[in-house]
Order: sequence, then C-alpha cells, then structure tokens
Amino acid sequence: MAQLKRILAGAMALCMAGAVFTACGDKTSDDDKGGSNGKTTLKDVEPAKAEDLVNTGKKYNIYVWNTEFKERFEKYYWDQRDEALWDGVEVNWVTNPNDDNNYQTKLDEAIKGQNDAADDDKIDMFLVEADYAMKYVNSDAPLDVIGEVGLTKDDLANQYKYTQDVMTDSSGTLKGVSWQATPGLFMYNTEYAKQVLGTDDPEEVQKAVADWDKFAETAQKMKDAGIFMVSGYDDTYRCFSNNVSAPWVTDGKITIDPQIQKWAEQTKEYTDKGFNNGTSLWDENWVAGQKIDGKVFGYFYSTWGIPFCLLPNTLDDPEGEQKEGNGGYGKWKACAGPQSYFWGGTWICGAYGSDNIAITRDIMLKMTCDTATMKSITENEQDYTNNKAAIKELIDGGYTNPFLGGQDHLSLLSDAADKIDLSNKISAYDQGCNEEFQKAMKDYFQGNATYDEALATFKTNITTKYGDLTMD
Amino acid sequence: MKKGISYAKWGYIFLIPFFVVYFIFSLVPILETFGYSFLDYVVSQGQAASIRNPSGGADNIINNGFCGFKNYADVLKSDGIFTLSFKNTTILWLIGFIPQIIVSLLLASWFTDIRLKLKAQGFFKTVMYMPNVIMASAISLLFFSLFIKNGAIDTMLGHPDMLNNVTGARIVVGLINFLMWYGNTTILLMAAMMGIDTSLYEAAQIDGANPTQVFWQITIPLIKPILAFVIVTSMIGGLQMYDVPYLIGGTAGNPVGVLKTMVSQIQLGKNSSVGAVSALSILIFIVSAILGFITLKLMDDKSVKSMYDKKKQPKKINMATSKK
Repeated sequence: MAQLKRILAGAMALCMAGAVFTACGDKTSDDDKGGSNGKTTLKDVEPAKAEDLVNTGKKYNIYVWNTEFKERFEKYYWDQRDEALWDGVEVNWVTNPNDDNNYQTKLDEAIKGQNDAADDDKIDMFLVEADYAMKYVNSDAPLDVIGEVGLTKDDLANQYKYTQDVMTDSSGTLKGVSWQATPGLFMYNTEYAKQVLGTDDPEEVQKAVADWDKFAETAQKMKDAGIFMVSGYDDTYRCFSNNVSAPWVTDGKITIDPQIQKWAEQTKEYTDKGFNNGTSLWDENWVAGQKIDGKVFGYFYSTWGIPFCLLPNTLDDPEGEQKEGNGGYGKWKACAGPQSYFWGGTWICGAYGSDNIAITRDIMLKMTCDTATMKSITENEQDYTNNKAAIKELIDGGYTNPFLGGQDHLSLLSDAADKIDLSNKISAYDQGCNEEFQKAMKDYFQGNATYDEALATFKTNITTKYGDLTMD
Repeated sequence: MKKGISYAKWGYIFLIPFFVVYFIFSLVPILETFGYSFLDYVVSQGQAASIRNPSGGADNIINNGFCGFKNYADVLKSDGIFTLSFKNTTILWLIGFIPQIIVSLLLASWFTDIRLKLKAQGFFKTVMYMPNVIMASAISLLFFSLFIKNGAIDTMLGHPDMLNNVTGARIVVGLINFLMWYGNTTILLMAAMMGIDTSLYEAAQIDGANPTQVFWQITIPLIKPILAFVIVTSMIGGLQMYDVPYLIGGTAGNPVGVLKTMVSQIQLGKNSSVGAVSALSILIFIVSAILGFITLKLMDDKSVKSMYDKKKQPKKINMATSKK
C-alpha cells in the first residue's frame, strides 16, 4: 500500500510539474495561434524513472484511425512486450476514420472527458498525424515523452530530428514519437517507363522527371502513348504544400501560399492537356490506376504509401503470396521526383491521465527507439523507419527491395529524409485546409468554375468548418 | 351515479415514455439550439481542451456572449450558408419528388383499380418497398460507383461523367431519392385508395366516366388528406436531406457546391461554428413549419372533407376490404 501511495504521489508530482510547464507553453503558443513550429531544442528535463511509472489499469486504450499502427504493434511489439507490465492488461483499439476531421473530433471529445472517465475508459495512447499534430503539441493532453514517460535523450538519439521538431512545443517539451519518417518519392510503373522512355533505370527515369518542366515533357510523351502521367488532381499536391513559405494559418488568418496556388495552376494545365485521369485521392479509379496495366505512369507516395497502399493495390490477388507474378509486384520502382517533399507521418502520444504509463514507455521504447525492431520493420514491411542507425545498417548491408524489382530505395529515402524541414510549414488546421482546398479546386480543374469562384467556395467552406478563422 | 370505467388514463400512461424521451432528446436540444443561435459561439478546431488545468476552463471554446441576430444575418447573406444550400435542397427535393409522386399515384391507382385486378400484389409491393429498406448510404455508394467516371453506367452511356456536372449530379441524387421513396409513397397512397368506397367507382362507371375522369374527380379528391400527409412528410424529409448528397458530393457538395444541402452545412460547421449552424437549424425549423402549414391549408378542402367523412361508413369499408 505504502508503495502504491508513493508511486501515486510521484506521478502526481510529475503531473503537477508537467502542468506548470505546459501552462507556460500554452501561453506562448496562444500568441502565435496555429502558427509556426520552429526548431526548438529539447529542454533538459530529468527522465521519469521507469519504476515510478503508474501501471494500475486493466485496459489499455489506443486511439487510432486505421490499422497501420495496429498491424505493426501486433507483429513487432506484442512478442517482445514486457509481460510483467502487461499482466492482466488487455489492449483495446478505438478506431475512428480520419476523413473530415472525424478522428480529431472524436479524440477531442475523449480528451475532454478524460478526467471524468472511469480508469479503464481513459485514453492511454493516441496517434496523431502531421496535418493536425500541432493541435496536440500545443495542448496539455500528451505526456512529456521524457519527463513523464521516461524515455531518455539517448533512447531518442537515432530518430530523425524533424520527427522530434514537429512534436516539440515552444517550451522544448517532446510530446510524441514516431516509428516512421515520411520522405516522399515518385513511384513509377516500370513497364510504361520501358515502353515510353526506353528504360526503367531509376537514374534515367529521374532525369526525365528531374524538374517540373521535364516532368511535363515526359507527361506529353506518356499522353501520346495513351498513358496518364499521374492519376488525378491531388497527386502532386504534397510536393507543393510541403514547400510553402508559411503555414496555412497564421494568427487565425488563412493565407493561400504561392506554392499552393502554383499547384492549382499546374494541375489545371495538366487536366486540360490530359496528363491526368481526373481522379481524386483514394477514389476507386485512383486505386485502379495502381494496377500494372492501370494506364497511370506514376504516383507520388511517401514511405507509408508503399506498404500500405501501393503494394496491396497493385496485387492481382491481394490475399495471395507477395511475389513476382502477382500483379505489379516487382514492377514498380522509385525515383526522387521533381521536388523533395514529405507526406503524412504518424506520431504516438501518451495521454495525460493514463493509468498505464509504464506500458506506454515500453511501447515507445520498442516501437520507436529499438534499432533491431526498426530494422526488421523496414526489411519486412517496406516501411521507412525512424531510425538512422537501422537504415544505415540496411543500406550498408546491400539492401534490396523485391517489391521494387530489387531496387535499394532506402538510399533515395534517406537523402530525402535529410532534407525534410517542417519548421514554419505546418499549422493545427492543415487537415481541414488541405481537404477543403482540394475539393473546392476540383470544380476549377473540371471547368465548372473559375479559379476565383473555386477560391470563394473554399473560403465559405473553410470558415464554416473552422469558425475561428478568417480569410481575405 | 357512478360513471363508467375510463380507459383514457391508460392511454396517457402508455404515452409517458414517448414524452419523456421526446423531452430529453428532442425538446431540450431544440431549445438549446435556439439559445446557441443567438450567441457568438465558436469552438476552435486548432486547439484541444486543457485537461491538466480543468478549472481554467476549456480554452478551445470562444464564447463572446449574446450577439442578437448576427448569426441569422450571416447565414442569410447572399453568400451565406443558408442562401445557397436552401436553393440546392429545394431543387434536389423537387427532382426526386415530382417523379416520385407521379409514379406513385399511377402505380397506386393501377394496383387498386377494381377492373384491372392485378395479380401478385404482395410481390410487387415488396419489390417496390425494397429500396427503402436498404440503407441510404449503401444505395448512394452503389450509385456512386455506377455513375463515377468509368463506372458501369457511365461507360454504358458513353462517359458523360454525370457526377461532375451540375445537372448530372442533381439527376443522380434525385434518382436515388426517387428510388428510395416511391415504394413508401405508393403503399401509403394505395392504403388511401383502398379506403375509398368502391360504390363510388361503380357509380362513375355506370355514368360512363372514363378512367382519367375517375382518377381526377374521385380518387384525387378523396385521398387528399393522405396526399397532404405524403407531401408534408416528404417535404420535411427533403429539407433535411443529407446522406445521399453527402455521399455523392462530399462536404464541399461537388460539383460547384450544388450538392450542398442545409444539413450538410450543419455537419460541416457543427464542430466549430456553433452559433452560425444553430441559426441555420432554427431556420430549417421555421421553413419546415411554414411550408407544412401552407400545404395543409391548401389541401384542406372543407367540402371534400365533409363529403369524405360522411361516405366513410365503417360498414362500407368492411365491404370494400372483404371484396379484395
């Protein structure tokens, strides 16, 4: 009993300390509401001691929007879990789809009720995505990864710096960690590359798409051969949206960055010239284009897109063995593409009020810091893990990817990952802004509206969706 | 003198659960919505509520207090969320409802015609009612994949890409609503028509009336009360149209926002622009009330009603049904 009291007291003290720090953090973040996430260095805070962490819950609740983390968790974490911690604890996945801010809304409701919820209904861990990570970084809901969950800076040393920058609030507190880094690449269909460009060598293909002018030239050649360069309107979006000079929202005001405008102009041009197939992200035809005879030359995909989208979508028999001969397996390759970018990324956060913080620490350590685990995830799942050492070991070990016809795409990704810099590029409102802007511009691309009309539609929609924002 | 036993109180007792549920889940929220519609009340989606400092209040709620009719003025502006979506909703409803009422009247009068005596009525009724049993979302997704570019019907019709042009998208939504609801309307109208005294039809035949005359002079006037019910319920349903247009056009109501309905605007803003969408909800309530009132007034033909009531003797009804 005394032991338990001491643990509780320790946890309380930590929480209080955390509250004080985050309260300060909130003040400053309020000033640049929804604004920049500069490169802050992690502040020096004493890591929480593993033996002090609370672990009294019987149910471990994880909030997610799809099965990506769940699959990784079951395959790579479960067998090496700390069984003493998990004794009598069951894991409970709470899944809410991401679209239209649905996940955020559900998560917000749960966070709001966190203090009043029964112990076993409290959120223990939740996942956030780059498009709205800022919202939670600036809130006091996530636990301090170092001060409250107890990871040390040494544990985190192999992670890409940018993945930590995103999750670091203005006072230097790290609020979440990720098992993946998400540099983007241009994935292309080798059969069409051979047919039109005469080669499927990544270096040669990269020359053909080295910048947007070359990209358009190649697109014309593809079109003459009856092939679409990209599937739809939104495919090139992230290349532009990740190279903006300012985030969507600054001081409660929405601005359209010149890069975003450039995307709209370019996509309109591509649509009029027939370089794309007029699809929207995730729709049926967009997916269908990923078959090896899908008449689409390439897709812009970030690391998670390869195992989670392209691979299952290109197989003829999704249940069948993953090997050459099954649809497009082995017939896609990757090159850097015209512009470096990143897309998405998922971070794991521990939730304040959780009664299983010891488990959170165990998961974070094994899923985001352990070099051996990360190495095997990359090897088996084509995913690009957030661990420089693991990636380096793989590249040095002569890594080849059978799905990409034996290509070593890690070197490409590794180059791209080093270039990622999210400072002053993301805001808490990005998901809504990206989604609504893409939807509104669809009218412009299809010739149903002028650019200004589409922009007016975007304005009405976004200011309704985010009532606290204004737009000129 | 002791009065007879009154069973009326049991009626009220059995109604209590309904009123309790209605009070908690409908009336209170409606009144609350009414209150919110006068507040300058916004929930910031860029911040999460503070949970470590609950006494400090949820810092993502921005409530600037009473603001009079500002929300109403905003949504009623020429580019406000009511103006455009009301027009869209009305058009979408009409596109679905006009064919629906015509086809339903036609089918109902055929099925109840004493001379046609159609066989396998039960089968046809089931088949007609079937689309209504399937979820709106399932039907919408089915139609979405049929009409989407390169979908089955799109290919069959030579790639008109209907979902991406204004008329096409409206027609598809109208078609879905028509398919879903004509069965329901038909059954209601059939019930109404079967309630009509068959001797009226026989008399009309003896007088040499042709089917068209019988339909317009006997059937329509006598089913007016049910017709009014059908129109009012369909109108209220139509004003609240959401699922089908949303699944076809998303929150943006593409193409060009013509699939934005009033409820889809509520859904779009409900997590943030609380004041504005509350005002919109109240406007839907007012519009429904006004339209319902007008329809009932127009359909309430006193002379027909009294005639209908007089003719509707229980004995005759039994005859009519036993004949069937």
